[in-house]
Order: sequence, then structure tokens, then C-alpha cells
Amino acid sequence: MRRICIAGSAVALCVAAPARAQLGSFNPPPGPQKTFAITNAHIVPVSGPEIASGTVVISAGKIQAVGASVTVPAGAEVVDAKGLRVYPGMMDAGTSIGLSEIGQGANSTVDVSEVGSFNPNAQAVFAINPHSAHIGVARVVGITHVVSRPTGGILSGQAALVNLAGSTAPQMAVVRNLATVIELPRSGFGGRGFGGFLAAQNAANTQDVNRTRTRQLDSLRTLLKDAEAYGRAMDAYAKDKSLPRPKQDVVLASLVQAVRGKMPVLMIADRANDIKEAVGFAEENKLKPIIVGGRDSWQVTSFLKDHDVPVIITSVMELPSREDDPYDVNYSAPAKLAQGGVRFAITSGDAGSEVRNLPYVAGMASAFGLSKDDALKSVTLWPAQIFGVADKFGTIEPGKVANLVVTDGDMLEAKTNTKYLFIDGRMVPLDTKHTDLNNKFKDRP
Amino acid sequence: MKKLFLRAALMAVAAGALGAQAKPVVSGAGATLIKNATVLTVTKGTLQHTDVLIQNGKIAQVGQNITAPAGATVIDATGKFLMPGIIDPHTHMMSDATNEGSLSVTSMVRIQDVLNPTNVDIYRALAGGVTTINVLHGSANTIGGQNATVKLKWGDPVESMMFPGAPPGIKFALGENVTRKNQNQIVIPGQPTTRRYPTSRMGQEEVIRDAFTRARDYKATIDDYKARVAKGEKNLVAPRRDLELEPLVEVLEGKRLVHAHSYRSDEMLMLLNVAEEFGFKIQTLQHGLEGYKIASEIAKAGTGLSSFADEWSYKIEAYDAIPYNVSILMRHGVTATINSDSDERIRRLNIDAAKLMRYGGLTEEEALSVITINGAKQLGVSDKVGSIEVGKDADLGLWNSHPLSVYANVDKVFVDGKVYFDRQQDLAQRDQKAKERAELEKADANQAPSNRRGVQPVLPQEER
Repeated sequence: MRRICIAGSAVALCVAAPARAQLGSFNPPPGPQKTFAITNAHIVPVSGPEIASGTVVISAGKIQAVGASVTVPAGAEVVDAKGLRVYPGMMDAGTSIGLSEIGQGANSTVDVSEVGSFNPNAQAVFAINPHSAHIGVARVVGITHVVSRPTGGILSGQAALVNLAGSTAPQMAVVRNLATVIELPRSGFGGRGFGGFLAAQNAANTQDVNRTRTRQLDSLRTLLKDAEAYGRAMDAYAKDKSLPRPKQDVVLASLVQAVRGKMPVLMIADRANDIKEAVGFAEENKLKPIIVGGRDSWQVTSFLKDHDVPVIITSVMELPSREDDPYDVNYSAPAKLAQGGVRFAITSGDAGSEVRNLPYVAGMASAFGLSKDDALKSVTLWPAQIFGVADKFGTIEPGKVANLVVTDGDMLEAKTNTKYLFIDGRMVPLDTKHTDLNNKFKDRP
Repeated sequence: MKKLFLRAALMAVAAGALGAQAKPVVSGAGATLIKNATVLTVTKGTLQHTDVLIQNGKIAQVGQNITAPAGATVIDATGKFLMPGIIDPHTHMMSDATNEGSLSVTSMVRIQDVLNPTNVDIYRALAGGVTTINVLHGSANTIGGQNATVKLKWGDPVESMMFPGAPPGIKFALGENVTRKNQNQIVIPGQPTTRRYPTSRMGQEEVIRDAFTRARDYKATIDDYKARVAKGEKNLVAPRRDLELEPLVEVLEGKRLVHAHSYRSDEMLMLLNVAEEFGFKIQTLQHGLEGYKIASEIAKAGTGLSSFADEWSYKIEAYDAIPYNVSILMRHGVTATINSDSDERIRRLNIDAAKLMRYGGLTEEEALSVITINGAKQLGVSDKVGSIEVGKDADLGLWNSHPLSVYANVDKVFVDGKVYFDRQQDLAQRDQKAKERAELEKADANQAPSNRRGVQPVLPQEER
């Protein structure tokens, strides 16, 4: 039960109540940024030792103070968290949340991919539906910010980092253009998009497949080189207007940060060979790679460590891909990455509706060898570090964005309840499409 | 030479199917005593520091300080948790074919005929503490095929995996999968693609009504013939046996359990009403994701429901699914379960059960019941499995911490008192299996033709 009355949430409930005319309009908006003091809490800061009983003060969207003996500022709204735990909000770095509502039978709700193989200028931030019911359902388990990325083709587009609260994309967006997504065509089969499988299907033989693949890789290289040249030409023109003005090109412009190594590139790869090839390709083209997928990354830990390439691992809950793999090959992969000194984050790997399983995926990794501390870091601090946003997210430290979760138990346990949720320093009502239907029908005689 | 190649080839096959997994160790010849466990009986509470004695494949004794009979294997389970083997009421594991989807009514086909006992997902499910599964026909047609209740006795022949005495059942299906609107058409290789009746929920009601009208007539004919035979009439011609209607007559007679795939509350209610009209019961609604909207009606019909814990939004008819479904149904008195419908999710039904403590506030015991005793009830085998009670089959999972914790994993699994999964043994055998695999990969017969050193291997001939 709520122990305090929040004006914001009462308003939110009123807003949430009217009839819904369209799919996804279930997320009550967060309240205002106020000064809150979460008191008597068991604090799990992730950045340091747990505090058995302490206070977290937040205001203006930021964490102001954390500790066992922090003074509650005058006028602060006090949230008594006696018997409760405070965690930094979780970050799922491998979703496509908000881009797709109903995968089957409702194509018009699916905006996850563009047509064609090369769409570097397709930006997820413009298609994330802030009212997707998936968002409310994911955040109430404590997932406060996520990477949402387009899929398909070879250059799928640009991923965004968003807070899971807000009524508009600009309100949600933390980093609009976070990373470019590349899925290299695979030899034989694969590349879930136009690159691999379709090509393989139409090919008469392996040579045919390889030829297609070589052609696609050449096209990609050409595009990246063009973008690099475009960037230089634009810079030169900016300095010297007497030069002929280069023709504007939105496609090439969208790649300039990536080819300069200033924007990371999410390289989708699962098999050991594909991972090595992706890293090789990235280095050849001076890209800054992050492997997404990483199913067999445990086989190439020293390679990944040597090249300092992090992994967003999506496959912890997947069935082993080979019949004679150990039954726990994917469950235990994160523990092997940790042991091998590879930087990684655990993700639900889900497009949207099951993003809420993120804590249990990390829990499963812990059941198979990853320490509980590391399991927690793999869904809080480590994804923030991988994307260069650890100054804002991932721990409970003064100055960071106030994305906080107050629970009645271990945040990674399935039975744990969320009691309070703060995103961007705003209290977020815990109502979702699911609680709404539950309330409507649970007592129907 | 030929023999040698054949053996190598067979070894390669064996390596693929079974080789890398730990072989089951049959240790149940004598008795097994599991000592000092936390025993989650599900039906009789949680027992601390308790021993469980297994004899002749059954649970012989549950109590403290049980003396091990001579020759018994003793397992120190201090700090560990013993729970009944998990029961999954809805899978398609092991089946080489899921749908006979060409007709609207395929009650004549049997999943039992297409079970593959070497499917490695059996072992992976065992490693998640599962011991009994219901292998269902798919959901492509309104009245599908006959299901099989299976014990996961990995490594045993398929005949001995069939659950002895489990009542027969049949799959029904309603909604989007039957109308094929998401698939557009039934594809029969070599044939032009066509739509198949029914393509609406109206047609689905009609298909059931038509089938059971025919079944009722068939039953009348058979009953009449039997009555005449009993009266001693001579020169009677027996009615032609109808393999389509025979299982439906068994449904009418209450001898065959109906497991009905359904999503929307209106289609579930339609089915319950048609069944009532024809005088039979629906044993379970499968998925039943909107069951919570008609919980009272389902309870009144005496029908069970097997749901996902929290899968939703993957298609239109799953958009109103809520994770509170099972809790609401249980509060209304419905026997409810969680199922996987997936060889992946079946490995972590314990976590799915734990979610219901969050969504709807089930107690630990209630949460465990949705993956154990309630499934046993739904499959008609609750006198044999589903809880830790003296006299029941020794189908048990020994866990290293509380099974409702995400940090738990399975140490040992017993089916009929024998160990079919042992994590320590699995770990111990991995190096050896890796070596065996490497050697097999080097074998000449397993090389691409261009890399072979010896003569080209002779392909196995027909007479094999």
C-alpha cells in the first residue's frame, strides 16, 4: 500500500481512467519533479557497500544526497521506506520497446524495420510510441531506461536511449542518436534481414551466397567511406565557404558520427566467427563496436578483452543452439564473460512485451555462476558504462539522474514487489494496462 | 571396412543425440534416502530437516530420522529443497509433427505416434526440474489430435515414457490459430494454397456442433448394436468403425479429457456452453488468457485452465492477457496451472510460478501448486504425482535453494525413483564428452568428402 498520498498520482489516475480508443494508451504520466526524501531505506547503491538504513534525497530530477545520516531538506516529500530497499533503476540495453505493439496479425502496429538494406538515417526515437502498453508493464518491475533499436537489413538505423516515462518522445529521450545498428550479412545463412537468409534462399550454391555477401559488404564499405568523405567535405566547407558547396545528403550525414568513432555501432552477432568478423570489420572501418547478441561470446573472451569490445548479451534464456551443447551453456555465458574480463551487460533481448523479464534473466545468470553483485551490475551500472552514460545512470550517487526503484525485496527476484518508482526525479504511478484489467475483473462475481 | 565406417557414422549420430549429455544413471534398483532436506510437499506444507525414502519407484516414507534400509543410496540434502517434479500441461516437445491441419476435425490422429525420445530438450527440461509433460497436438484446427502424457525418462525407450494409466485426451482449438488469419492459408506441399473452413469464430462453433452431432449418432448406432448383441440377436452386421468419431464418443462418455486452446473470453464461453449442451465437460482451457474475465463461469463449469505466467501482446487475441489471470481464477475456485508451450520456457517454470506471488499475491504453496499438483489434477494423474506424499510416484526435484528463487538451480531429478538428471555428474562428464566429440570430428567418416584420407565411405544401404 502507498504510505503517502501523492497528488501527482491521483491526477494521473484520473487521466488514465477514460475510455481508450486505440492500442497503447495505458501509461499514466509521471508526476512533477519535486524534492523527495526516501527515508529508513535499505539502500543498494551498486557503487559501494549497501546501507542498512539510510536516506536518499532527490530533487530537480537528480540524486542530491545518499547516506545513513542525511538530513531531510525542509519541504521535501517524505517517502518512508522502512522495511524496503532502494535500487538504481535497471537499464535494458537490448530492446525495441515502443517500436512494435502486437507482432502477429497487427502489422500496422509494427514499426521496427525499414524497407531495404541500408537505412542509417532511420531513427528509433521518431517511432517509439510513448503510450505503448509495454512501457508501463516494463517499468513497474524497475526498468527505468532502455535502449530501443531498429532491426532488419544491414544498416538498420539508429537506436535511442529513453527513459520509460513521459508522454512524448522528447520527454523520454535521454540520447536521441545513441548508436548505429549494423548486422553484417553472414555466409551461409543469416543476417535476419535482407542480407543473409533471403539471399541464401535464392542462391543456387554456396559460391552464390558468398558472392552476394561480398557484394553487400562492399556496398557497406563504400557507404561508410562515402560518409567519412562527406564529413570531411562538410568540415572543409564550413571553414572555407569559397569551396564548392557539397550537396547535402541525409543518409551520409547520419553516418558521420559513427565513422568518426564518436557514436558506437551495435554489431549484431551471435556465433564466435561472426563476432570476430564484426569486430574486424569495425576496426577496419574505424567504427566503435558493441556486440549485441553475443551468444557464443564466451568462446572468444580473450579476443574480446584484447580488442576491448563490450557485449550486450541477449541469449541467456535461449535454448542451446547445438544439440550437444551443455544444457546450461547460455545460462552460464555471463559468468564466463565476467571471468574472462569482458565488459558486458545482460538484456532481455525482447522487442517489448517481455522486456520485464530482464531481472530474472540476470538472476538466471547468477544461478549459473555470476555473482549476485555482478548480476545486479549487469543490468544497472555496466550497460550505462558501455554506452558512456555512467555519469547519469547505473548507481545511487549524488548528481546522477534520479531513476530509482523502491522494492520489498531483492529486485532480481520474481516475487518481489515494486512499491515506488522514480524516473527523472518524478514519481511514476504503478498503474499499467494489466493492473487496470485486474482491478476491473478480479472481483467480478 | 564397411562395418567400421558404419560404426563411426552411428557413433556420430549418437554423439549428436545423446553423447554430450550425461547418461542417465539408474540408481533406483535399491532404495534411496534423501536426508535432511527442506521438503516442499505442496499439499501437506513445508517440512524442515526432513527425510524422504524412495522404494520401488514410490515415495515410501516422509519424516525425520528415517533409517536407511540396507543397500540404500543415501543423499545428504542439507540446505537443499525437495519439491515434486514439475508438471507442464502444455508442450509440443518430442513431437516430430505438431499439426495435422488439413481438416477441421482430426480427432483420429495421435501425438503418441510421433514422439521422439531422443529429443535433447527432454534433458534440458529435466534440468529445470520437470518430470511430466502433456504433449498436445497443435492448434491449427477446431478439433485436433489426441495428446500424450509423458514422463521424462531420458534415455529410455519411448514406450516406457508414456505415463501409465493417464487418461486419454484430445486437443480442441479456437480463435486466430484456427481461422488461420495470421497465417493466411494452410500450405500443403505441392498443392495450391487454399483457405480451410472455418475462417471465423462462427464456423468454429458450427464445426464442434456438427462433429458432436455426428458422434452422438455414431454412439447411438454402436449402443443399439451392442444392445442387440446382448439380447442374443443373430446375423447382425457390426457398424463400420469410425476413427474420427470414436474419440469424440469417448469425450461424450467422459472417458477422454478435452484440452481446448482458447484466448478470448467469448470463445471460451461458447465452448463451455456447447459442451454443456452435449453433456460433456471441458477438462482444461489451454492458454485461456482472458479467462479472468469469466472466472465464475469457468469455475461453475468445473473446468480447469492452463495459462502463461505473463506472455502477452504477441497477437491480437493475447493483447488483453494479464499476469493476474491465474491468481484471479484460483480465487474463484478454478484449478489453474502455468504451462510453457515452449521447449525454452519449460526450463524455468519455477520462475514463472514465482511471478504469481507478485501478480495476484499467491502464497508460496499456491505458486508451487500451479506447476505441480494442479497440473496433475488437470491431466487426471493426481493420485500418482504432483505432491510429496507417501504412496505417490517418486518424481522429485532436488534444488540447491528455494525453487521459487531466480537464483536456484536443480541438483538432481528423480522419475519413478531413478535419477535422470544429476548436475554434478553432468559437470564431471563434460571434459570427457568434449574429448569424445573432438575425436569423432577427426574421424575420417565425419570429414567433408574432399578432406577424407581414406576411401570414400559407403553410404548405409537399404538392408540396414
